Amino acid sequence: MSWKHADYTGWGRYYRATGELARPERASALDRIALEGPCPAIGQRRSYADGCLNSGGRAIDTARLDRFLAFDEDTGVLTVESGCRLGDIVTHFGPRGWLPTVLPGTGFATVGGAIAMDVHGKNHHHVGSFGQHVIAMTLHHPDGPVRITRNDPLFAATIGGMGQTGPIGAVEIQMTRIRGDVMMVTERRVPDLDSFLGLLDTSEATYTVGWIDATATGDHLGRGIFEEGETGPGLVPPAKRGKRVPMDAPNFALSGPIVRNFNAMYYRRIPERGRTLVKPLEDFFFPLDKIHDWNRLYGKRGFHQFQCVVPLSEREVLRDMLTRVGASGLASPLAVLKRMGPGRAGMMSFPTEGYTLAIDFPARDKAPEMIRRLIAMTDEAGGRVYLAKDAFAASEQMDRMYPERAAWADFVNGLDPEHAYATDLMRRLSLRTLP
Amino acid sequence: MSNTTPETWLILGATSSMARALARKLADRGATVLVAGRDMADLEATAADCRFRGAPVSESLRFDAREPETFQPILDRMAECEGTLNAAVFVGSMPPQDEIDADPAMIDGVVTDSFTGPARLLHALAPMLEARGSGTIVGVGSVAGDRGRVGNYVYGAAKAGFATYISGLRNRLTRSGCHAVTVKPGFVDTAMTWGLDGMFLVAPPEAVADSILKAVRKKQNVIYTPFFWRYIMMIIRAVPEPIFKKMSI
Repeated sequence: MSWKHADYTGWGRYYRATGELARPERASALDRIALEGPCPAIGQRRSYADGCLNSGGRAIDTARLDRFLAFDEDTGVLTVESGCRLGDIVTHFGPRGWLPTVLPGTGFATVGGAIAMDVHGKNHHHVGSFGQHVIAMTLHHPDGPVRITRNDPLFAATIGGMGQTGPIGAVEIQMTRIRGDVMMVTERRVPDLDSFLGLLDTSEATYTVGWIDATATGDHLGRGIFEEGETGPGLVPPAKRGKRVPMDAPNFALSGPIVRNFNAMYYRRIPERGRTLVKPLEDFFFPLDKIHDWNRLYGKRGFHQFQCVVPLSEREVLRDMLTRVGASGLASPLAVLKRMGPGRAGMMSFPTEGYTLAIDFPARDKAPEMIRRLIAMTDEAGGRVYLAKDAFAASEQMDRMYPERAAWADFVNGLDPEHAYATDLMRRLSLRTLP
Repeated sequence: MSNTTPETWLILGATSSMARALARKLADRGATVLVAGRDMADLEATAADCRFRGAPVSESLRFDAREPETFQPILDRMAECEGTLNAAVFVGSMPPQDEIDADPAMIDGVVTDSFTGPARLLHALAPMLEARGSGTIVGVGSVAGDRGRVGNYVYGAAKAGFATYISGLRNRLTRSGCHAVTVKPGFVDTAMTWGLDGMFLVAPPEAVADSILKAVRKKQNVIYTPFFWRYIMMIIRAVPEPIFKKMSI
């Protein structure tokens, strides 16, 4: 196997790594690498911080292991290689009436990555997390490939397991039948946080998500746009892909006043009485994928995303969080509020019943302090932060947020005593350290 | 792309990433795809992938340039396909020059893999295209074939031979309404170039596949991909031999 010396980053471009990457093109290469010396696998590096980094070590880039291997029209079970991008599945299987049951906010995420982070989508309150729809997968261990299914203890350690149980090869996922390959999307303005939470609590739509203006304060606190989506038959022009951000934007592009004005305009874009639109599947599920490399809009310094989930009973903490963020002038236009159901499939899965709030922050000097404060508030409210996004949590918070962490670490360490699969995220938060 | 007549593409050496990219694009537009090579497990994965991307028929076939008995089943399968028959050849082998220096018998293998093996198959395929009066053969050569260099001249010589063969085939096929395209890729982002020093302006395999399809559509004869390699090679070919022989590029 040839290895390339590379500098690479997570999606937030804040944490960086230098190390050697292999990019196998055939599944058999995964076994060869496992024999030569195991190392973690990474996908399209859509984790924001350091979950996809292995500084000073090696990693397997799965970009070229991205083929569809089998599909059963009767059962809807799709077999793919782990580097397969979810957007690619949507584009090719949507028109035949099937979608992955769970889709995260970017179609660039790979199936392997979706497993490693047990990602959730806009229908989490109905169908649960991605891992709940994985039927089987193959792990490539030094003593040979092993195919695991739900009953295997390895399964719950692998789903949401951040790659710590070894590189994933082929994966079988359960797809869902859709009524048609376009989206009916209803968008409405929401004037404040209480109305927002009310809509999230009562909506009966299959897919729901809320954009929230994290710069709003006072009476407008928590205002935003509530989106409900259903698949259906119809005709729309295919999604346009591929505008690329050509360079790093200057730092002032996302300064406080500019973001505040942008958000106000973005809010008023929706007519006061709301509207229903018909959109291509990709435009609804992956709104930002239209702009390739949009992370460069944050400039050279990069950005962070804070994402937490707090129990339903702790909704007031969201108000406190938004008040702080609104007053700080640090937020970017990207902030999302959603209600989650209880569905989760792994010991280290993020999803749990409650409200999840995600806010992007350009990586300015004051951002870490702000985010640490939000993490502490999450911790006090009995919630947890999403490790696919986290950049600033403290290791002592982990056992409260992830009660199964020690059991998981014990299991994973038994499988990989040399920590060959460890990433920068594992080391930063001592996730594999036993008490 | 009009799809009124069905098209079939035989892709030799289909485990390479350039070939895989081409197979996917052909599948996307509804072509029948026959992927051939030696690693049958990998070829079956690519064949399945093409099936789900839109190929009405997609199969893996065994092809080994050094085993001529693998040729006839491929030709038989092609003969069964309807519509326009086409082939794209990506095969070739480039062992390090120092290994060849230690064991000159390896030259036979390189020439068979990169030139005479595929040429023998194409030679048997050409009459089928002629009989139907349509179809294109794409021969992927290399800029290494444009001038012999100390680092890889055995491989370069085999590719030069193959390029000359394709040029002659073009001359022949054009008489019956068929065509042949010579493709000379520069640096492409493949397993072969991954991690090599001195790579610049590396093209993704998808871009190479796009330029191949464009060349087929427009009946271009010889393409360099990315295009600027035509000018780089023009300069390299223009260096007078007394100077060139002392250079190491």
